This record gives sequence, structure tokens and C-alpha cells, in this order.
Amino acid sequence: MQTMTRRQALVLGTGALVTLTVADVSPLLATPAEADAEIAKFTGGKAMDQGKISIDLPEIAENGNTVPLSIIVDSPMTADNYVSDILVVADGNPRPGIATFHLTPLSGKATAATRIRLQTTENIIVVAKTSDGKFFTDRKQVKVTIGGCGG
Amino acid sequence: MADAKPRLKVPKEAKKGEVIELKTLIAHVMETGLRKDASGKIVPRKIINKFTCEFNGKPVFSADLEPAVAANPYLQFNAKVEESGTFKFTWVDDDGTVTATEEKITVA
Repeated sequence: MQTMTRRQALVLGTGALVTLTVADVSPLLATPAEADAEIAKFTGGKAMDQGKISIDLPEIAENGNTVPLSIIVDSPMTADNYVSDILVVADGNPRPGIATFHLTPLSGKATAATRIRLQTTENIIVVAKTSDGKFFTDRKQVKVTIGGCGG
Repeated sequence: MADAKPRLKVPKEAKKGEVIELKTLIAHVMETGLRKDASGKIVPRKIINKFTCEFNGKPVFSADLEPAVAANPYLQFNAKVEESGTFKFTWVDDDGTVTATEEKITVA
């Protein structure tokens, strides 16, 4: 076996350090790419249009443990034209998924509200699916003072 | 969880075809499975992962929840009522426990 020179050892060490750091950080916070993957799973890779969705979120959340979120999608909600699913993801939480709402014409109005946890200042992305298979999306950034995911 | 008594806000009466607002809240820790306790061990995940609302047996609204939903999950949504009947609400825990409750409404 060839003996390792000092330089080779150094390079090897740095490499190990870099992989370690990456492996350490990635499971901690979802990346925008992971959020996009979650959306792609929901849409099946179909194109999304902007608009139709209004997201009500505070601009600044002092406590990330409970952030009020309200979504309204512009839809007549009739038997043949309604919003069937609403996906909510965040791009800075430990995991991208927040919730998926399933609606029916009996919902009467395409709206849902809940309270969510946010780890850091991040984007909330909402994707709505209509009964005719179209997708609409919108996003909103929330500045978070104290993260709410523990750890 | 026996103490997970849900709180509901459902109008007692409505006009035919009216879109009413429903509010639900259930007491639950919504443990994310990411938090560590004092001894450094990860606290296992325990959340309400599914909520459904039916009216006279027909689905109105349901939600798949992730750990990113805050403790004591609160949900607000709407329903269009054409007839008198009963709303049935169910919450499903990670451990399989199902909490169900009903609320009647009179539609004139």
C-alpha cells in the first residue's frame, strides 16, 4: 500500500468534513427543492397557473408555534366545477408538508383555515386542484421570530 | 386519548342552500417526532393525521395533517346545507384512536 502524503491526507479530511456537514444539515430543514418535489407529487408534474388563491397569513409571526393560516380559492363550488384539493407546503420547515385539504361541492365555499408551525422565515406555498384537473398556486412569505418545531 | 374532547362551533339553524361556517378544535399535543426530551431522546411522533367531516353520510371536507400543524389542531371550513341533518366529525390519531362527534342542524 502506498503511504499517504500530508497533502493527500488533508484533502481527504476536508472531503470527509464537507460530506459530514451536508449530511448533518439536510434532514434538519426542508429545502425549496423538497417543497417542489412535494408539489410535483401533488400535481403529477402538470403546469400550474398563478392566481385564484388568496392566502391570509401574518407578515411577521412572533411565535412560530402557532401561526394562523387561512386560504380562500376563487371557485363557484358547483357539482361540475369545484376545488377538490388544496395542498399547503413550507420550504423551510424540517419537512415540507403542512396539510392537504379535500373539498367537495358540499363545502359550498373553497376555504380552509388552521394554525400551523413554522421553523423559520420561509415561504408558504399553496396549490389548489380543481375538479377539471387544473392547478393554481400562490405563495406568501412569513417572517418568524421564534421557531416552532422544537429540536 | 380520553381527554381529547373536541370543541365545535356549528350553527343550530340555517336556511336552505345557505353556506355555513364550521369551526372545530381538538385538544392534542401534535408531537412532531423531531423534538428531544431532557435526556436527549427523541420524543416519538404522535399527531392527529386525519380529520373528516360528513353531512348525512356524504363527505363535506377532510384534511390530511402533518406535524407542521400546531398543537390543539383547529380547523375552519364551510358547508352548504340543503336539508336538515347531522354533521359527523372524526379525528384519527397516529396510534389509531378515532375520536368522533356529531352535531345536528335544522334547515328551514
